[in-house]
Amino acid sequence: MIRLEQIHRDFEVGDQIVHALNDINLDIAHGEYLSVMGPSGSGKSTLLNIIGILDHATSGRYFLNEQNVTDMDELAESRARNRHIGFVFQSFHLVPRLTAAQNIELPLVLAGIAPALRRQKVQQVLESLSLADRAHHTPDQLSGGQRQRVAIARATITEPSVLLADEPTGNLDQKSGSEVIVTLEALNQRGITLIVVTHDKNIADRSLRSLQMVDGRVVSDRHGR
Amino acid sequence: MLAKDFIRLTGSAIISHKLRSFLTMLGIAVGISAVVILTSIGEGVHRFILSEFTQFGTTLIKVSPGKTQTMGMSIGAFGTERPLSIDDAEALKRLSFAKSVVGIIQGNAEVEGNRRTRRTTVFGTGHDFPNAFSMPLQRGQFLPDDDPLAPRALAVVGSKVKAELFGDSNPIGRRIRIGGDRYRVVGIMASKGQVLGFDLDDTVYIPLARGLEMFNRVGLMEIDLLYHEGVPEDRVVSGIRRLLVTRHGREDFTITTQRQMLDVMGSILDIITFAVAAIGAISLLVGGIGIVTIMTIAVSERTAEIGLIRALGARQAQILSLFLGEAVVLSAFGGIAGLIGGFGIAQLLHLLIPALPVHTPWTYVLLAEATAIAIGLAAGVIPARRAARLDPVEALRDE
Ligand SMILES: Nc1ncnc2c1ncn2[C@@H]1O[C@H](COP(=O)(O)OP(=O)(O)OP(=O)(O)O)[C@@H](O)[C@H]1O
Ligand SMILES: [Mg+2]
Repeated sequence: MIRLEQIHRDFEVGDQIVHALNDINLDIAHGEYLSVMGPSGSGKSTLLNIIGILDHATSGRYFLNEQNVTDMDELAESRARNRHIGFVFQSFHLVPRLTAAQNIELPLVLAGIAPALRRQKVQQVLESLSLADRAHHTPDQLSGGQRQRVAIARATITEPSVLLADEPTGNLDQKSGSEVIVTLEALNQRGITLIVVTHDKNIADRSLRSLQMVDGRVVSDRHGR
Repeated sequence: MLAKDFIRLTGSAIISHKLRSFLTMLGIAVGISAVVILTSIGEGVHRFILSEFTQFGTTLIKVSPGKTQTMGMSIGAFGTERPLSIDDAEALKRLSFAKSVVGIIQGNAEVEGNRRTRRTTVFGTGHDFPNAFSMPLQRGQFLPDDDPLAPRALAVVGSKVKAELFGDSNPIGRRIRIGGDRYRVVGIMASKGQVLGFDLDDTVYIPLARGLEMFNRVGLMEIDLLYHEGVPEDRVVSGIRRLLVTRHGREDFTITTQRQMLDVMGSILDIITFAVAAIGAISLLVGGIGIVTIMTIAVSERTAEIGLIRALGARQAQILSLFLGEAVVLSAFGGIAGLIGGFGIAQLLHLLIPALPVHTPWTYVLLAEATAIAIGLAAGVIPARRAARLDPVEALRDE
């Protein structure tokens, strides 16, 4: 489903070149639950951004659902992000002036989906994430855990095939953190491919597959718990 | 994205900063109302002046001595041309299309009557004057159709001269002195009021030949010819030209049609209206700069949000139109407020100063609103493009 072949990502900083990703080869199957660990600066976020088509590899090939992402133009990339990819960020990234429900429906709004269908989908996802009574609250009226669940609802409203979470529990306390993880895992149970970048050993231990990255390379790829 | 959602999204961004948005709109509103007020006054004055001019009808043609270049100096001012004579006017009367022909000489003189004196404008002219200029009489009659070269000493007084010299008593048949000569009053002109600041009622009319003598002139100041309606103007002009060239041997006179006069007048007035609108446009420019500023601030404030919606699948074009939309909403609503304000103030000015003619044409209103929207687009384009071109990864890192 996701296939990375000899992916390099270089950044030029002054006259130096930083190899954020250095020859990454990776196959991720449909419905996998993958955690990515590694020290700060090892390239975890860069990897996630490339998988999410927010960033482009300096060299190498990337296939998403058998499609060559490297060949896509801006329009095709945007469409692929909208349909196939869900992002969950450490800092939630909710639009402060919109309510929870309005934040959740944003991907559908951008895709031009009719309001009636949107309302129905938003209602469904709100209920499944136990946020129904928070639909009309703005982000500042929600707790951190609730905000992240709204962000997850938004990431999954288009029923994408991959959910990319970059340290989703980084800004949360222990309890809401594990609630968020449980939510993500439940979505994975229902078939979504889940990729979580984390510093938390406990989370990595729960995943069925775990990558270790150091200096832009994958140094270990453990399958099974 | 659906139009409704587009409006809702841009609207929410504007509403979330009420004061800031209000002030930005105010900038445009002030500019638009300045343009509307100034052009309303410009256009009002324009119409007022044109109506003052056309009250004499549009089939009036003026012949003046000397050949003038377009709007330039009279070459005849150097004194080589033959003057327009009473005989010229008589000859013009015989043209088939001529309805009324009057020669005119104008000057100032002391008028004495009923033991009072007044310095006033004296017109030397002919029998057809009231017809040519549609100026009716209040009482009595105008100068009779005497022998143009030896007219009797009769005079017609303007209503103001009549009131000043004779008060309520009837001057018809009474004797007055004009520039020292004795005349008998035969009529009183109906009150006409002022035209472009010239009081048409503070006048006295005497026969042309006597006027020439009084002011010691050899030629007429102008001959006015009213032609029959329906005759093509070109034919009239060439007819007059042919006749006078035959009489004078060359074209040492100038023919001005009412339409030419209106054209010249109109183009001068257009320039005034335009200049006045340009002054208003400066304040619009300031309003536009306000939009650029506020949109630039909005883009940097919402950098993370831009990264986010890119991550959710927004295309660059969508980001561009969202921010452009915001700029246009600001300018369009500012524009509408400015139109209402400007129109209101223009009307109020007219109420407070009734002498100030005010007119707000609909085309100007629509043009002003279109300008406001265009300013929004122009002002929004730089910040919106910056937003659209942001690297989503970088943008998302912005907190
Ligand atoms: N835009 C950029 N310009 C220059 N260097 C960059 C840029 N983005 C990332 N890097 C570098 O690439 C490397 C990998 O960065 P990345 O953000 O992927 O690390 P990370 O594993 O996510 O770290 P953390 O755990 O701190 O989030 C780092 O050395 C970083 O400095
Ligand atoms: Mg990171």
